[in-house]
Amino acid sequence: MEYLLSEKHLLMKKMFKEFSIKEVKPLAKEIDEKEIFPVETVNKMRQLGMLGIPFSKEFNGSGADYISYILAVIELSKHCATTGVILSAHTSLCCDPINKYGTDYQKDKYLKKLASGEYLGAFALTEPDAGTDAASQKTTAIDKGDYYEITGSKIFITNASYADVYIIFALTEPSLGTRGISAFIIEKEMEGFSVGKKELKMGIRGSATCELHFEKVKVPKENMLGKLNKGFGVALNTLDGGRIGIAAQAVGIAYGAIDETVKYVKERKQFGRSISKFQNTQFVLADLATKADAAYLMVLRAAMLKQEGKNYSKESAMAKLYAAEASMEITTKCVQLFGGYGYTREYPIERMMRDAKITEIYEGTSEVQKMVISSILLK
Amino acid sequence: MTKDIFVYVEVQDNKIMDVSLELINKAKELIDSRKDFGFQVVGVLIGNKISNLAAEVIYYGADKVIVCDHADLSLYNTMNYAEIIKGIIKKYNPEIFLYGGTILGRDLAPRVSAKVNTGLTADATSIEFDPNDEFSKELWITRPAFGGNLFATIVCPNHKPQMATVRGNVFEKAIRCENKRGEILEYKYDIITNNAITLVRKIDKIQKKSDITKAKIIVSGGRGMSSNIDLLEETAINLKGEVGASRALIDEGLCPKTIQVGQTGKTVKPIIYLACGISGAVQHTAGMENSEMIIAINTDENAPIFDVADISIVGDASKILHELNTRFK
Amino acid sequence: MNIIVLAKQVPNTTEMKVNKETGTLIRDGIETIINPDDLAGIEAALRIKEKNGAKVTVVTMGPNNAESMLREAYGLGVDETVLVTDKAFAGSDTLATSKILAEAIKNLEYDLIIAGRQAIDGDTAQVGPQIAELLSLPQVSYVEEITDIEEGFITVIKSTETHSFELNVRMPALITTLSELNTARYMNVKDVWESYDKEVKKFNNNDLKLNKEEIGLKGSPTRVKKTFIKAITKKSEKQILNAAKAADVIVEALNPHL
Repeated sequence: MEYLLSEKHLLMKKMFKEFSIKEVKPLAKEIDEKEIFPVETVNKMRQLGMLGIPFSKEFNGSGADYISYILAVIELSKHCATTGVILSAHTSLCCDPINKYGTDYQKDKYLKKLASGEYLGAFALTEPDAGTDAASQKTTAIDKGDYYEITGSKIFITNASYADVYIIFALTEPSLGTRGISAFIIEKEMEGFSVGKKELKMGIRGSATCELHFEKVKVPKENMLGKLNKGFGVALNTLDGGRIGIAAQAVGIAYGAIDETVKYVKERKQFGRSISKFQNTQFVLADLATKADAAYLMVLRAAMLKQEGKNYSKESAMAKLYAAEASMEITTKCVQLFGGYGYTREYPIERMMRDAKITEIYEGTSEVQKMVISSILLK
Repeated sequence: MTKDIFVYVEVQDNKIMDVSLELINKAKELIDSRKDFGFQVVGVLIGNKISNLAAEVIYYGADKVIVCDHADLSLYNTMNYAEIIKGIIKKYNPEIFLYGGTILGRDLAPRVSAKVNTGLTADATSIEFDPNDEFSKELWITRPAFGGNLFATIVCPNHKPQMATVRGNVFEKAIRCENKRGEILEYKYDIITNNAITLVRKIDKIQKKSDITKAKIIVSGGRGMSSNIDLLEETAINLKGEVGASRALIDEGLCPKTIQVGQTGKTVKPIIYLACGISGAVQHTAGMENSEMIIAINTDENAPIFDVADISIVGDASKILHELNTRFK
Repeated sequence: MNIIVLAKQVPNTTEMKVNKETGTLIRDGIETIINPDDLAGIEAALRIKEKNGAKVTVVTMGPNNAESMLREAYGLGVDETVLVTDKAFAGSDTLATSKILAEAIKNLEYDLIIAGRQAIDGDTAQVGPQIAELLSLPQVSYVEEITDIEEGFITVIKSTETHSFELNVRMPALITTLSELNTARYMNVKDVWESYDKEVKKFNNNDLKLNKEEIGLKGSPTRVKKTFIKAITKKSEKQILNAAKAADVIVEALNPHL
């Protein structure tokens, strides 16, 4: 499976693997049970340059590439999907759009601090009444001459209470629907901005998913990201990239579950022999490993296309659709191979199953991915 | 002509290290296996105010002791000591030179080997003359390699002396015999001015924080030891190892989580894992089954721990540990 | 200040398997690592670099594929790496290895040489002291703490079985480090990304010009006569024993390791 990676990427992977095993794995259970945001781990990731992997050194990034970043998400998610999505949301959904659409001023002011890890980033598109139907946005940004005044709410925002900078979307021309949306960079210190209720979730329980509230927040005009009324394009394009990160998270969870299961079935004895000797175990695991690898290859393809600056919307949607569904199936079947123990919280496998579910939902549900894929296919 | 077996006699706090006496006895055994060679066992004592110990070396089996006693030698200094040993080797031409595999021995012997250009085998577990040729002076030195998975027999055919370091407790020392007589030779110390290393201070050894993943010996307890945790600790101290525990003892609050061995605790790979009163559920064995040697004690002869054990003892772990500890008194 | 760290690429022995028929190690597909005591040496050097400023050079001897370990050393942040490699070096025992490495080091600048105490695939702990001898340097082995470093001197703590000693050592000098000395850092993204763009300096015997009699199998005073596998029979016989007998059995098993 390492056939496609260069030696440099393999070394990168080795680094992330070691970090994840030593720093992330030991905390995963507690992070889940107590719903703790792993601040210390994020700090350590910052020190290693993991919060700015694909961004140029000019902006305090590590100067590596998108594939390296994807490998980081996979390795982290093998042991803790919470940690994986923290990195993915920060990199794909906050740093990446500023890198792509940001003005020199914005890159200097925000990307430098985000890529160095001084700031943590978040992304806010979803609203209580606007999920998949993003056109039903209600948050507004009114032009007040020198600044925009933003009012409204967002929900289900990853990293919310720990982020310093947010990319948010608001209507600048309410009559135009999605063609009247603009993107803005918001700082947590801005007056009128507040983080609301924290969601109690099924999985990725440490990721600090909260509501955001905007009460007449004054946002300087230079904080508009991209052009006026072109915010929906920024959102869609950002999500194209974000999907690769979530697909990588799904792949990581799947590999993590398979690793745990392989270990377990060799140890667990029933009817006088280890359950790995039974054909059912063997065939199920063979299927799961094949699916995990297929998902991994699809993720790599999308990442490579993005890295090379080619179109990757369809490929990233395919990768996420496939990886998320594979991850859900893999973790569910792994729990089954664990039997009763798999249902207990003594083992990490049930957590992996709970974590896998979100990958079918956020940054576009599986159904949205099908819409994206088919619309390109039938164009 | 090279002859005799030399043993470096290490002294700490004016006391001869046991390992040196064990080597004296081993050298004696080797000589006895080849009486025709006419070899002698020669102890080499270097230090300050150590002449009084020469007789002791003889009582434990040396035929001869070479003593280099000088005020300059009170602090061990690799360069000076190696220079002295080189001088002794040049003067006496030993066939074989053995050193204790102590920290000092493992510091000194390689420096000597480079100085006199000969081979050195570290951590020998067995030493014998070539078993296939009764006239051969070639020493067959066996040592573990790769963490004990593999053993290798090493020879040093064309360089003299043949040298090895040996860890303590591998061989036995002889019974002390005050009737034994031997020769004591003084080796004159030529002043060597190597002052590149100076002592800042001597510190009493500090107890290190325990880390079971690095322990070479782990005395581990399970539910069967829940009323005798002290015994585990006592045994661990005696064996210079660390205490480990199965989840049962952690859940009962009897042991800290940091010493839990198993799937949800730590994975350990000591040389010896002594499992006391541990039933051996897969959750536990996953964390210790790669230990080099597993000794299991359990009252239940059907306990799954015995499936992974190298030595399986059906019995009461508390009683057995108690008995074991008396052996170290 | 120039620091040379001697490092060896070793198989991760926790995964080591032995071919039961030939008694040799199965090396295929075995993950390799930087020898743990050597990794502590690299970390110690990097910390000196951060505190006092230094150029850190990692030197290894081995086959060409040991280069991957040097890339990893770059990933940790070292400044330069040297691979000492030649078919003529193959089969060298510790003394021959020390001679080769000492010769290579003569081509480099150094104030301090740090070697790991011992390699987990050999456990001999010989190369450090031998190189110190061959370069006529003062040595302190088994260093467990570096307490100070200043103009031409390094202060270290080493322990014997009974005491610890704080020693002041004039440089140039050689110390050997224990893995307990520190906790090595992780590689970092920036340095890993650049690791393959940097040069790994290579020395072969055309550079070192060592006499063929002194290197490789020929130059090695020691020979391996034979290798064999320890006879441990898993799934042992269960013995029902009284306490005294059981203690005997345990003492016997423990004895070689105490």
